[in-house]
Amino acid sequence: MAKTINEINEKIRQGRAVVFTAEEIIEVVKQKGVKQAAKEVDVVTTGTFAPMCSSGAYFNVGHANPRIKMGGGRVTINEVPAYAGFAAVDLFLGATALPEDDPRNKVFPGKFAYGGGHIIEDLVSGKDVRLTATTYGTDCYPRKILDTWIRLEDMNEAVLFNMRNAYQNYNVAVNLSDRVIYTYMGVLQPKMRNANYCTAGRLSPLLNDPLYKTIGVGTRIFLGGNTGYVVSHGTQHNPGVRRTELGVPKMGAGTLAVTGDLKKMSSRWLRGASFTGYGVTVTLGLGIPIPILDEEILRFTSVSDADIIAPVVDYSESYPNCKPEILAEVTVAQLKTGEITVGQKKVVTAGLSSYVRAREIALILKAWIKEGSFLLTEAVAALPSLDSGYAFRPLKERPWEAPKAG
Amino acid sequence: MLKKKVVLNFPPHLIDQPVTYKLIQDYGVVVNILRARITPREWGSMVVELGGSPKKLEAAMGFLGELGVGVEPLAREVRWHEERCIHCTACLAPCPTHALGVDRASMTVSFDQERCIACELCLRVCPYLAIEILFD
Ligand code: SF4
Ligand code: SF4
Repeated sequence: MAKTINEINEKIRQGRAVVFTAEEIIEVVKQKGVKQAAKEVDVVTTGTFAPMCSSGAYFNVGHANPRIKMGGGRVTINEVPAYAGFAAVDLFLGATALPEDDPRNKVFPGKFAYGGGHIIEDLVSGKDVRLTATTYGTDCYPRKILDTWIRLEDMNEAVLFNMRNAYQNYNVAVNLSDRVIYTYMGVLQPKMRNANYCTAGRLSPLLNDPLYKTIGVGTRIFLGGNTGYVVSHGTQHNPGVRRTELGVPKMGAGTLAVTGDLKKMSSRWLRGASFTGYGVTVTLGLGIPIPILDEEILRFTSVSDADIIAPVVDYSESYPNCKPEILAEVTVAQLKTGEITVGQKKVVTAGLSSYVRAREIALILKAWIKEGSFLLTEAVAALPSLDSGYAFRPLKERPWEAPKAG
Repeated sequence: MLKKKVVLNFPPHLIDQPVTYKLIQDYGVVVNILRARITPREWGSMVVELGGSPKKLEAAMGFLGELGVGVEPLAREVRWHEERCIHCTACLAPCPTHALGVDRASMTVSFDQERCIACELCLRVCPYLAIEILFD
């Protein structure tokens, strides 16, 4: 018995929609079976709260008097450079940007105490930030220097715009070398003394819709504590990877580009993060409702941690040198026990993604839908799927050489 | 019984002396070694928890002082800011004493001050500055 999104929305408006989180639905399906559950359940909500580096925000800060053309000039926010290659007062700030005078990894491992992700968090918390601009003057934009305090509410627009979030599955990182390494997957102890993973597992948005049957361009989502939207597939979208029989990719696969109004977000769901020896980023809450249109979609949402397999990858040698070696495949269920076995060795696991917060997001989304304040959307266009031929390719390097004289 | 966490600093010539044995045997003090770094021909250091009556502890301190072992109180205190913690569990792997722990059913992280030996290993691991070391 197939349902339509319109029918589900009608039930949401009437406050009659039956909604479960992606965690709860597993039990529901166990008890009622797929057929019955698909009839009864309208929506399954998902969530994830994890570092997402390809995030950033654009701002229109308003025109100063006299006018200044920041576009083409140099701009900093709290001493972190922002990108100003747009019209006069439009700026973009990326999550991993660092202050120019940050020592980075000169004293190894660097602390990376503050950067783009933290600025976005500060803005969302209502804090004042210092905006500076130096540029050239023109007849219409005579001013060359600006140094002012500014806060989010004073800006015209402040929009979170992320080119890659919500990675569908991810590596488990270990370190086979004999020294400590500092990575975006955290601090990895030598000789594989720990294994770090980053997934919300059974709650993860794209793992509950592995073939992108419902999530697509225009899908309304939870983003940073408010509503946001899927813009398109994210960068490095790679749908054609190996999958389990249930369609769950066995490694990083699909990604999403998303956007949302930063002014309505909350710092509980958007946090600056400092990775020792690596850099800064932003940790972001994202959740997606999945309309249960038919039995197949419901079956996908009942994916359990035991069904999700992640590859264990050495970050001392294989990852930096793009070697495709995988040391083992483990399930998220195993990762969450706190210990996995790689070869003969027992390895302690630690997470980077917050399962507690992922669950909270799924519950918030569920509450919004149940109270009728969040309606589902029909995708405007589908994401490139398995048969699209869409793939993630390495850089083909063609080293530059100076043109020969004569 | 009084308990006291202290850092013992051993000059090189004392490293091969059975100091902890004597503390236990001759002074009747309970010695719980929390952390030790001892390299031959260099200064060694040891974080210990000493337990005993105030009198016994005082005598033990006197003995250590006479020997030339530096005794410093473990003044550093580690504080876990629950409101900053996102419960990612990243800090669990390096924590040697399980002061940072997780309830596996809910995946909620918690901190047990009693177990913490202020080794600071978790500090650089937490991306959210949720763990802070305080000095007196
Ligand atoms: S300082 Fe951190 S790692 Fe060390 S014992 Fe205390 S909580 Fe554990
Ligand atoms: S690493 Fe920090 S944020 Fe993560 S669980 Fe530990 S204290 Fe909390």
